[in-house]
Amino acid sequence: MSSELRPLSAVPFWICALLALTLGLQIASRLSGPALRVSADLPPPPRPEALRLASFAEEPAAARLAMLYLQAFDYRGDNRIPYQKLDYGRLIGWLDAILALDPRSDYPLFSAARIYAENPDGARSRQMLEWVYRAFLDDPNRRWPWLAHAALLAKHRLNDLPLALRYAQAVERYATDQNVPSWAKQMQIFILEDMNELDAARTMIASLLESGRIHDPAEIRFLKERLQELAARRARRR
Amino acid sequence: MPSANLVRLVLLEARRGALPWLALTAVALSLGLAAFLSQVALTESRSLQAAIVAAVLRACAVFLVAAHVAASVLREINDKSLELMLSLPLARSAQYNGRFLGFALCGVLLALFFALPLLFWASPAAVVLWGISLAFEAALMAAATLFFAMSLAQLLPAIAASAGFYLLARTMASIQAIATGPHRDESTADRIARWAVDAVALLFPRLDGVTRTEWLLYGAPPAGTYAAALGGLAVYGVLLIAAGLFDFHRRSA
Repeated sequence: MSSELRPLSAVPFWICALLALTLGLQIASRLSGPALRVSADLPPPPRPEALRLASFAEEPAAARLAMLYLQAFDYRGDNRIPYQKLDYGRLIGWLDAILALDPRSDYPLFSAARIYAENPDGARSRQMLEWVYRAFLDDPNRRWPWLAHAALLAKHRLNDLPLALRYAQAVERYATDQNVPSWAKQMQIFILEDMNELDAARTMIASLLESGRIHDPAEIRFLKERLQELAARRARRR
Repeated sequence: MPSANLVRLVLLEARRGALPWLALTAVALSLGLAAFLSQVALTESRSLQAAIVAAVLRACAVFLVAAHVAASVLREINDKSLELMLSLPLARSAQYNGRFLGFALCGVLLALFFALPLLFWASPAAVVLWGISLAFEAALMAAATLFFAMSLAQLLPAIAASAGFYLLARTMASIQAIATGPHRDESTADRIARWAVDAVALLFPRLDGVTRTEWLLYGAPPAGTYAAALGGLAVYGVLLIAAGLFDFHRRSA
């Protein structure tokens, strides 16, 4: 192709100058402008059907890209406390739409439980934990880790033991898969203990041992020790 | 035998053109994009990479095949070599089928090449199913673009028609879902609109049900579903070839 070109001197000088000038202006205008838009509100969430249409039937890729967009949204701001300015109602709408796009993806629940629910604002944190709870009910055997984490957050960060107990009970009741580990199913025992509901905790351990669902000798031993410990605490209280 | 010669010529044109380099560039760009995005992902970085690479390469395969078919056919029409071919004692069906087989083979080779990088993230069985499905999809788009290029005889309308056909075929199920969604009313206009959407959907293949990224991330589909999806594409491909042959036989020169 180069043999078909005329020499550079064939181009008039004014065209070269115009080319250099406009290129310089373009770069200068980009350098002088603001690099990133500063913390605007999160736009209203799209309907899941609209998001599916925009994905051109590439739902897994679109769901993950939408999560990256959501995740990056607050980074643009100048917020001292992360996510303090985010509208959690809209955020939950986005998470709903993304989860509907790819229900088997863990990304929305991971972000909800590990990032957005850890907001120092207790009301927002509760809002997000409730979303995790609702999402868990749609597919308990896949989504139990996120509700288990929600129970821990409710217990340790929000100091809301009844809320933690509600989540722990939901894991125990609805996550029926064999692969759900015992610690997740037994969380409510420890929460009941913390609530000083010693009788309830004892009843639960006893029923677990009697149900025959626990086969590991070490786990059986641990639960029996726990049962004795609870009995001792109960005797001391009397 | 004349068909085989045409197949060879089409493949030769593809090899001597920029198609192999463009395919290589598409793979490099998709890998680069996936690597960049996985750096900012907080979780599921491997599935994000697989999903992005699969989505980008699927779109690239279809675009490259369609652009190659349209450009090749329109070049033949514009420099009158198609007229020369039609004046030769060769059956028109053999000429059309030879071209289609050559373009379809380009699509199959592209699909196989594009499936290889996915072995980094998905099981070989899932990648094989995905690659075969992409080969069917690319062959179908070769048939569609050949039909549009031959009948419209202009580059821009041919590419626009192929792109519109492909995008509609991939989004028709979503459009139907929106049309029958909870926010609709029961007016006559709404019913007519829904009926029109359903009627249009009957004319398109179900491209939203093939070459699914879920197969790479969450495991292979049931054999029946997979066979039905590819069977649907095969039937539609034959329909497009029949329509193309109908048009080609009526062509005066």
